[in-house]
Amino acid sequence: MTNAPEWQYAVFNVLKKGGVRQVAYVPDAGHSHVIRSANADPDIHDVVLTTEEEGVALCCGAWLGGQRAVLLMQSSGVGNCVNMFSLLRSGDFPFLTVVTMRGEYAEFNPWQGPMGRATQAALELMGIHVLRVSRPEEVEEVLSAGLDAAFEAGDKVAVLLGQNLIGRKKWERK
Amino acid sequence: MSSQASNSITNSAVDRREFVASLIKAVPDALVVSGLGSPSYDLFAAGDRDGNYYLWGAMGGAASVGLGLALAQPEKSVVVLTGDGEQLMGIGSLGTIGAKKPANLTIVVLDNGHYGETGMQRSHSSLGTDLVAVAKGFGIGHSYRVEDMASCPVVAQDIQQRKQTTFVQVRIKSDEPPRMLPPRDGPYIKNRFREALGLKPF
Repeated sequence: MTNAPEWQYAVFNVLKKGGVRQVAYVPDAGHSHVIRSANADPDIHDVVLTTEEEGVALCCGAWLGGQRAVLLMQSSGVGNCVNMFSLLRSGDFPFLTVVTMRGEYAEFNPWQGPMGRATQAALELMGIHVLRVSRPEEVEEVLSAGLDAAFEAGDKVAVLLGQNLIGRKKWERK
Repeated sequence: MSSQASNSITNSAVDRREFVASLIKAVPDALVVSGLGSPSYDLFAAGDRDGNYYLWGAMGGAASVGLGLALAQPEKSVVVLTGDGEQLMGIGSLGTIGAKKPANLTIVVLDNGHYGETGMQRSHSSLGTDLVAVAKGFGIGHSYRVEDMASCPVVAQDIQQRKQTTFVQVRIKSDEPPRMLPPRDGPYIKNRFREALGLKPF
């Protein structure tokens, strides 16, 4: 187990303190501490998805049953979710997703560009309120603001964790 | 060009309305999520209930809604009632369910091998896909096919017992009974569903 940056601890702490009971995810390095922590927490169901739109539907099902759920994904996954986002509006479900960004800062892989740069607009087109974090010290405050808006006000919220926060991906395995 | 059906629908297939009505009657306390199109009509035709959540869109999402609900309500039987086309669009969700295996979740696919809502075009399940084999392959070991009304109590018992995740493919006739339209007001069906579980609004 590697040491995660402090802000990843903040993400899990906010979710845990906010009463999140289901953590659905398609893995990303930026979410790895949260995924490990959810897996180790007996009060939280960690649910690995085959594709991100399953997580949108799962979050709605969790709310129907009285639990708070969150969807963790990478920016590419937002594109996979677009039609399923209609469930959030049609059913008026609270929704919180935490999105690690690619394709926007010191990106080595050009294939991440097209979806990464369309991520925020795609979310907003589907009526999801976007909050963005670029600095580690903002993570706790912004995510808890998003969590409150979702579960105390029924809003649909995406918190984007900027690629400058996540840092450069190391491409060589050594 | 049409390809040969490998597992075509036989004349012995069951009537969808009769099957759903019998099943729901036998599991009065179950929470039921229905996939868009005919399964939502079938569920509504069996009698509107607070414990029904009818989807009118979000194609491919029924099983995942059911999973989130089943994890949140482990003491309740949760049924996903959907069609072959809807399940095929969210086929990976069977893998997600196979990884979690909530004992209180039963997926019932009403399979006529066709997309009924759009003019009865053939679906993969009449063109080679074996949904029971797919579900087993995704780790849902208790997966089986039923082709007659006599099997309905078996499915009801699996739902009631909540012993293991269950996947059921029901071979139904590919006819189209009259549309019975459940409420399309999403917040209304959400709120009454939650209220019936004793959940408060925020």
